[in-house]
Amino acid sequence: MQGRKVERGGSQIVIEGIDHLYRPPRGRPVLALSDVSLEVRPREFLALLGPSGCGKSTLLYLIGGFLPTERGSILLDGVPISGPGPDRGIVFQHFALFPWKTVRANVRYGLEKMRLSRDERERRAQSFIDLVGLTGFEESYPSQLSGGMKQRTAIARTLAIDPKILLMDEPFGALDAQTRHLMQGELLGIWRRSPKTVIFVTHDVQEAVYLADRVAVMTARPGRIKTIVDIKLDKRDPGIAKSMAFIDAVDEVWELVRDEAIKAQEARVSP
Amino acid sequence: MSTLFRYSPLLLLAAGWELIVRLGLVSQLALPPLSHVVLAWVDMIRNGELVSNGVSSLWRASAGLALAVAVGAALGIAMAWWRAANAALGPLVEMFYPMPKSALIPVTVLWLGFGDGSKILLIFLGCMLPVTLGAFNGARGCDEALVWSARCLGASHVRVLWDVVVPSALPEILNGVRTALALAFILLVSSELIVAREGLGYLIGYLGANGTYDAMFAVVLTVAFLGFAADRAYQALVERLLLWRE
Repeated sequence: MQGRKVERGGSQIVIEGIDHLYRPPRGRPVLALSDVSLEVRPREFLALLGPSGCGKSTLLYLIGGFLPTERGSILLDGVPISGPGPDRGIVFQHFALFPWKTVRANVRYGLEKMRLSRDERERRAQSFIDLVGLTGFEESYPSQLSGGMKQRTAIARTLAIDPKILLMDEPFGALDAQTRHLMQGELLGIWRRSPKTVIFVTHDVQEAVYLADRVAVMTARPGRIKTIVDIKLDKRDPGIAKSMAFIDAVDEVWELVRDEAIKAQEARVSP
Repeated sequence: MSTLFRYSPLLLLAAGWELIVRLGLVSQLALPPLSHVVLAWVDMIRNGELVSNGVSSLWRASAGLALAVAVGAALGIAMAWWRAANAALGPLVEMFYPMPKSALIPVTVLWLGFGDGSKILLIFLGCMLPVTLGAFNGARGCDEALVWSARCLGASHVRVLWDVVVPSALPEILNGVRTALALAFILLVSSELIVAREGLGYLIGYLGANGTYDAMFAVVLTVAFLGFAADRAYQALVERLLLWRE
């Protein structure tokens, strides 16, 4: 286990003293994040883990530049974030595919915004469709695909433009258990072949431990970073999920999350 | 075969029409027999009366409707996307939406006279708001995650409007256009009935005033059929445009 001490020079993203007030259309504003500080290293796989409602997705959206930073700062390579951009790819829980575009057109969309020749664009779209195993489904519309295939399309669409940072918002949360398990393995495979910074939001302890180098555990609302756990497991070992080391790591993280999950539940029962 | 079966009640209605008039159950002055109406229709096609008036009516309807769709959709999307546009236009839309647009007939005649201009303006004004409302609701319902995804894929803030917001709003826009299409026919015929020198509505009024009822009924049926055919063609178009919706 390790605190927040990361030497500054080695960080790609530096988050410092972030507060975020969520203002619902009706009712009182809610403090979603309180004094969150976090540093993310280049090419690491970081999981943001916490009970539902703890603001982990909000933190991801702030990094994405979808929400304005009101207090505190988020620096990406030393520059404050001022909106979304193609350096940060996003994958959402509910896929967010363009429903009026085919698989191919979805994957091609980001490539069309780059200066590429038509041939290069088509070749690249096809290679990412192949990478996620959707060969043969290029001309299908999202409504004709299963949940897993939709998420594969979304991942291909994001990877195609080669963002430095991959933001993933519970990307496997809407999939059935078997598909989720397969996709976790494939994501690890893709990440190992071309490592990039991944920030992965989840409330699933096993998933976090299985995928991440470091797991940032968040508190119940208002969310802050409780601790960061280093996961020292050999991710190339196919039997890793059955090893003692893995089970111990899950236990350790689960201990940290449990109290917060209980608090989050109590908060929901008593208004 | 099944289409023929589906529309068999129409054939029954036609047969019943002819029969009750022939049997003398209804006066021929109130309802000319269908066969006379058909003969009058053929006559008017031959002498070109129906075609020339029909063309002028269809031109007015399509020009007014096209303007209404273009301006209405742009307004609705602007209102959904820019708060200032909504603040400025929202109350106006609310006020004018429930107004019976036929009340504008004398106004448009005052401004643009008896010809095409006043009809086109009336149809444009009358048909615009259903499209505006459809576009507004559709654009407002646009999934934020789609907008954010597009931004992360390199689209600019303005580009997202065209790439994401417009296609998201399309199903609702098309719904609004269907309402507008029906309204266009109503406004067309009523305005031509009241003040015009040509057009199908004018023809109905003129023939009715002259007592040539078989011809008048022929034009009424023509208008009914045009409205039906336009709606059908429109539905087929919508189905093609929304193929992706499953």
